[in-house]
Amino acid sequence: MSVHVVPVRTYLLVFAALLLLTATTTSVAFVDLGPFNNFAALGIAGVKAALVVLYFMHVRYGTRITPLVLAASAFWLLLLIGLSLADYATRGWLGVPGK
Amino acid sequence: MSSDAISLPAHQFDSLEQQREVASLGMWVFLATEIMFFGGLFAAYTIYRVSYPLAFIAASRQLDVTLGTLNTAVLILSSLTMALAVRGAQQGKRAPMLAFLPLTMILGAVFLGVKAFEYHHKWVEHLVPGAGFLLPGADARHAQMFFCLYFAMTGLHALHMIIGLGILTVMLAMAWRGRFTSTYHNPMEVSGLYWHFVDIVWIFLFPLLYLVGRHG
Repeated sequence: MSVHVVPVRTYLLVFAALLLLTATTTSVAFVDLGPFNNFAALGIAGVKAALVVLYFMHVRYGTRITPLVLAASAFWLLLLIGLSLADYATRGWLGVPGK
Repeated sequence: MSSDAISLPAHQFDSLEQQREVASLGMWVFLATEIMFFGGLFAAYTIYRVSYPLAFIAASRQLDVTLGTLNTAVLILSSLTMALAVRGAQQGKRAPMLAFLPLTMILGAVFLGVKAFEYHHKWVEHLVPGAGFLLPGADARHAQMFFCLYFAMTGLHALHMIIGLGILTVMLAMAWRGRFTSTYHNPMEVSGLYWHFVDIVWIFLFPLLYLVGRHG
């Protein structure tokens, strides 16, 4: 049995979408959306990363264990950043000396 | 096919297909450790940006958005050419690999060249953290923190690109010798995963470093 060969057309469409999203993220940065600028920047980056992972990295066509590794990675990254922020964001609450 | 090509699985595998899946899975687990490796820097970035939002805006505005956007496009294009090189390998065709691997390497080198140009500019403009750092209108210590992170994150990313160029050189030599077939091309598949991962890191670095508080 051989591997799933993705059509060139699909790769080109993904490439076009990635370029379009890059142009979007740069343009949106110059518009004042308040805190939504951050959500837009990270949201677009997330969509771009998902396109690369699903098509260029063949996760859409591969075994089902790969998404599990990805989900585990995302979970650990969330723990790393989330718990670090939970610490830094709440240090002022109790007036701990040496903050 | 050349006699160099592998047609039987290694003894611990039942089939070449199983061997291929295991190779990819192993690479994905390695990439998970890479996510945590870069994750430490992303966590540090998040904490300092939350702590010093104004200095981060002032410092980020010193970066060249045009060059950053251009480099993002260059890297995305290199991911496309890499995907097409891997596609050639999957079909056991030598010509697409010999065309797209060098093209991918050239685009990677262009990215690094633009990066070097930007680094030089930061040096000339006194934006390298240290005794010579100069950024009027912003808290110098906090702004230096941004540039420490900028150089650490883009530097580590550039190091990954340089390693990637080394890997692609080996792939090109293997492709030249006809080592890959439609049933055995694990090194190409796995190298592609690495190259795309480095692209994804940049996809996040670009908005976080270049596009902070650009409006207003």
